[in-house]
Amino acid sequence: MTVVPNERGYFGDYGGQFVPETVLPALEELIESYYKLKDNEQFKEELNYYLKKYVGRPSPLYFAQGLTKHLGGAKIYLKREDLNHTGAHKINNTIGQILLAKKMGKKRVIAETGAGQHGVATATATALFGMECVVYMGEEDIRRQALNVFRMKLLGAKVVSVKTGSRTLKDAMNEAIRDWVTNIKTTYYCIGSVVGPHPYPQMVRDFQSVIGREAKEQILEDEGRLPDYVVACVGGGSNAMGIFSEFLQHEDVKIIGVEAAGRGIDTNEHAATLNKGKPGVLHGSYSYVLQDENGQVLPVHSISAGLDYPGVGPEHSYLKDVGRVTYKCITDKEALDAFHLLCRTDGIIPALESSHALAEVIKLAPTLSKDKIILVNLSGRGDKDVNTVAEIEGVKL
Amino acid sequence: MTNRIDERFNKLKSEGKKGFIPFITAGDPDLNATVELVNAMANAGADIIELGVPYSEPVADGPVIQAATQRALEKGVTLRKIINTVKQIRENGTSVPIVLMSYYNPILQYGLEKFAQDAKDAGVDGIIVPDLPIEESKPLFDELKLKDIHLIPLVAPTTTDARLRKIAARAGGFIYCVSVTGVTGEREKIDEELSELTARIRSASKLPVAVGFGVSKPEQAFHIAKHCDAVIVGSAIVKIIEQNPETAVGKVAEAVKAFKTAIGKTCNCFFENY
Repeated sequence: MTVVPNERGYFGDYGGQFVPETVLPALEELIESYYKLKDNEQFKEELNYYLKKYVGRPSPLYFAQGLTKHLGGAKIYLKREDLNHTGAHKINNTIGQILLAKKMGKKRVIAETGAGQHGVATATATALFGMECVVYMGEEDIRRQALNVFRMKLLGAKVVSVKTGSRTLKDAMNEAIRDWVTNIKTTYYCIGSVVGPHPYPQMVRDFQSVIGREAKEQILEDEGRLPDYVVACVGGGSNAMGIFSEFLQHEDVKIIGVEAAGRGIDTNEHAATLNKGKPGVLHGSYSYVLQDENGQVLPVHSISAGLDYPGVGPEHSYLKDVGRVTYKCITDKEALDAFHLLCRTDGIIPALESSHALAEVIKLAPTLSKDKIILVNLSGRGDKDVNTVAEIEGVKL
Repeated sequence: MTNRIDERFNKLKSEGKKGFIPFITAGDPDLNATVELVNAMANAGADIIELGVPYSEPVADGPVIQAATQRALEKGVTLRKIINTVKQIRENGTSVPIVLMSYYNPILQYGLEKFAQDAKDAGVDGIIVPDLPIEESKPLFDELKLKDIHLIPLVAPTTTDARLRKIAARAGGFIYCVSVTGVTGEREKIDEELSELTARIRSASKLPVAVGFGVSKPEQAFHIAKHCDAVIVGSAIVKIIEQNPETAVGKVAEAVKAFKTAIGKTCNCFFENY
C-alpha cells in the first residue's frame, strides 16, 4: 500500500502544480492518460515485458558478504539496481513514461539530466520506441560526465548544454520546462525523479515502485522476514521512493533517506534539502527547497552529480514531517570512502549517489546485532564516476 | 477608492483608445534607475507599468529577461526592496498603475498576508504570477482581494474553454493573453490564432484583454491591438536597457512613445468585439 496524493496532487501539504498556464492543459491530459493506463492490464503486461526482457528485471538481491563481515554487525543486503540495462534504476521510470508517451501519440521527448543517468535512460527508451529525444544538461555536468554525454549521442539523442545559473541539474530542468512550454503540442516531458508538478511525483514513484515490490519478495524468500532498516540516497528521491513505497505500510521497518552533505552540512556547499531547506515552490511543486530568506534558490554542491539538486520530491517532504522516514546526510568524503570500501569488500563499484546510502550503512551496521537486517538500494553502478574519483585522487587516466 | 488599473481602462474606453503596457525588470540596472524609468515611461504614455521581480529560476522567461534577472539579482534586488521602490515612485507623485510580475516563491517566502499589506501600502495595483495557475491561486487571491489588489491571470493558446471559465471567475484588472505557446521574448510572427483566442476570452470574461509575449515592434503592436484592449511589451524594452545602460531612460521613453503611437492608430476599432 502506498500513499495516494489527493486529486490536486498533494501529499499532506506538499505537491501541487506550480507551472505556467500553457502547460496545465497538457498536465490534465497526462493525468487522464496515466490514470487510465496505470491499471490497464494490457499496458501493465507490456511494461512488464520490457522490464523483464529489456531491462533485465528482477534485479538481484545480493547479501553483501564482504561488507557485512567487514563491519561486523547487521546483515547487509544490496538491491542491485546497478545491474539494470544502462546501469541504474532510472530506466524503470523511462520505459514506463516513454511507453505512456507513445500511447499518447507524442513524437518528441525531452528530459533533464544531472549525472546523465536519466538522460541515458531516456535516450535508450526513445531509441527503443523510435522517438525523437532532446536532453538538457548543465555545462558543468557535461564536463563531469563526458562518458554519459557520448552514450546519449550514440543512442541518437541531442544533448543541449545549459549555460545558465549554476549550470547543473536545476538549470537543466529550467531549460527543459522552457522547451516544454514552447513545444507543448508535440512534446512529452520525461521527468527523471519524483519531482515536478502533479502527476509526476506520483507517476515516477509508481514506475519505480517495482524496486520495493521485488526487494520485499526477495528478502522474504532469503530471510523469511522483513528487513529492520531500508536505506536509500535522496537527491530528487526517485530510487528512494521506489524502494520505500513498499515498506511504508510496515511500521516495524525503519526507513532512512540519505542526502548529500557535500563539504559539510554547516558549510554553504551541500545538497541537504530536507535537513537544511525550508518549504517553498521549485519546478512545479511545493516541497522543501534550499533557498535564502528572499525565496531565491541557493547554489548546491555534491561530489555526486545525481544528488546535486536544491529541491526534493514532495512525498519525501511529507514523510519527513510525519516522521515516517528519517533523513540523514553524508559528506563527499564519507561517500568516497564507502565507494572504495564496497569495491574491495564485494567487488562492486557503486555509483557515488548510492555510495551515500552505503556510507550511512557503514555507520549504522556496526551498532546493530548480527541478526538485524539492513536493505540498501544500490541505485546505480560507478563506472560513470571513475573519472571523477580519479580526478579527485590526482590519478591521470 | 477604485483600483488604478480599472480607472485607467475605464478612461481608455471612454476615450476610445487602447492601452500600452511596458515591462521592465525591477533593479536592472539598479533600483534608482527603475524609479527614473517608471517616471519616464509614464510621461511617455505608458498606461500601466509592469515591474518584474527577479527570481533565480525564471522558467517562463526567454534569454533577454533571464539576463536582466541575473543582473538585478547580482545587485541584491529583493521583493522587499522593490516594494519600497514602488513606495518611492508614489511619493514622487507618479500615479500610473503598477503591476508586479513575480514568480510564486518570493511572494510565498515573504508571507502572503504581509505581502498583500505591504504591496497595498506601497501603491501596487495588480500582481501577475506566471507559475501560479488557477489550481493553486486561491490563497494569494484571497489575501489580495482584501486589499483591492488585482490578481491578473494568464491565459495561453492551450487554455481550454473549461479552464477559461474558472480563470475568469477569479480574474481582476485585466486578462493577460499569452500570444504564443512559449516563454517571453521577441518573435517575428505572432500566432495567427490570436484573434480566435481573444474572442474566446471575451466570451468568458468582460475584463479588458491585454496581449503579451513575443511583441517586439510597433507595427506588430498595431496589428495585435486590433484584437485586444492593451498590448504588453517586455523583452524589446529590456533589451534597450541592456544595450544602453547609460542612456536607457531616454531611449526607453522614445520606444514607449513609438509603441503608444502605433497602438493609437488602431483606436477607431476599439472595443469592436464588445
